[in-house]
Amino acid sequence: MTALLEKFRQLADAREALTQLSQDPFRVTIERILSPTEALVNGRPMILAGTNNYLGLTFDPQCIEAAVQAVQEQGTGTTGSRMANGSFSGHLALEKELAEFFGRRWCNVFSTGYLANLGVIAALTGPGDVILIDADCHASIYDGCRMSGAEIIRFRHNDVADLYKRLARLRERSTNTLIIVEGLYSMLGDRAALTEIAAAKRKYGAYLLVDEAHSLGVLGKRGRGLSEEAGVEDSIDFIVGTFSKSLGATGGFCVSDHPEVDLVRYVSRPYIFTASPCPSVIASTRVALHKLQTKPELRVQLWNNAQRLYDSLKGLGFRLGPDPSPIIAARFGQKEETIAFWNGLFDQGVYVNMILPPAAPDGGSLLRCSVSAAHTPDQMDRICQAFASVKAALLS
Amino acid sequence: MTHYETILPQLYEILKPFAQDGQTLSDETELVADLDLDSMKVMEILLEVEERFDISIPLNVIPDVRTIRDFARQIEQLTERK
Repeated sequence: MTALLEKFRQLADAREALTQLSQDPFRVTIERILSPTEALVNGRPMILAGTNNYLGLTFDPQCIEAAVQAVQEQGTGTTGSRMANGSFSGHLALEKELAEFFGRRWCNVFSTGYLANLGVIAALTGPGDVILIDADCHASIYDGCRMSGAEIIRFRHNDVADLYKRLARLRERSTNTLIIVEGLYSMLGDRAALTEIAAAKRKYGAYLLVDEAHSLGVLGKRGRGLSEEAGVEDSIDFIVGTFSKSLGATGGFCVSDHPEVDLVRYVSRPYIFTASPCPSVIASTRVALHKLQTKPELRVQLWNNAQRLYDSLKGLGFRLGPDPSPIIAARFGQKEETIAFWNGLFDQGVYVNMILPPAAPDGGSLLRCSVSAAHTPDQMDRICQAFASVKAALLS
Repeated sequence: MTHYETILPQLYEILKPFAQDGQTLSDETELVADLDLDSMKVMEILLEVEERFDISIPLNVIPDVRTIRDFARQIEQLTERK
């Protein structure tokens, strides 16, 4: 390898070591997707238990119909940014519908959830400002923080006392501070301590951004996320979210009552310098957002499935996150044990996400499941049985 | 004794458990290259330093910290800002 590429040697060695232990879990090919919860992988049917497809809307007939119609009427792509090429009417309609859904005045739609965090955080904050982020925040939040040039300070995961301590240290700078947390944390599925965090924000005059990527459509009576469930929506300055989970498409957004969010369009590089969302994506997302609001039974089914798997894995003795949620992660110590378990589940026809160090909290490893409203009782049985049988096999 | 000179021994005390057998720490000791610290250990150390000196260390300064001297200088600046 040349000096330029030398940095990849360690990565190549790590991948080689991983493939010695199993097939490469990060290069699984889904040959054919059959439904929100099933696919053909390596020629065999597999239950998908790690998709974030919480409401199971990816195969919803009306979402598909809307997407197909949009392709036929508006073409396959927008071929440019909204700033240069202009907004399609669908972009503006979706922004209006999202703002109404959240009861906010302003909304910006981005091409992905990742770009929404980059675009919003880097536009709202800059050199001289401070960002206080929960240590377990998603990489898109960290990347947005880096892009902003603001001072980035982490507080211990969900540790409100630590947050208070760091706000106090900032003194008068606390009013130039943006606190960032997530509704549901993507690795362990635990909720932010949002009531207390909102109180801290109010006390110190800071701003608060909540990423509801995993909690949109999942938490709250109307599915608006943890901010709604905790009853603190009035204290949340900015809500960021994604279309790629409960809405079954791809894209991201930010809603707020601060009119400056509408000005973010003019300064946000991740908004300006990328192609806007495709008409088909916007069309299916609009229908999915309507379904999210009009079909609360999907949320009930999702939580039934979540509780079922959480109770089952807890009964089997797995170390899980603190509370049931549609993200259920079994914690493992040794990487090798995690890889063996993942392979065992794969052989049993169950696909889950494997998270290895340093991606998992506390330097450990995880097998992360995300359940869907679309999982049938039989599929839930098979997922639970697979965990039980692989555990028994590895212990014997 | 300067402020920097009061910080240094406290920093040695925090870093000593991470030293290799027989390794002597100096202000030129490199945190990653000499102490073989991974990202988890670095975060653990940061939390301990923050508690000891009652400061918050911005993530932005970490790329500029290579040696124990760099680390002590950053702590000095952050404590003076208080």
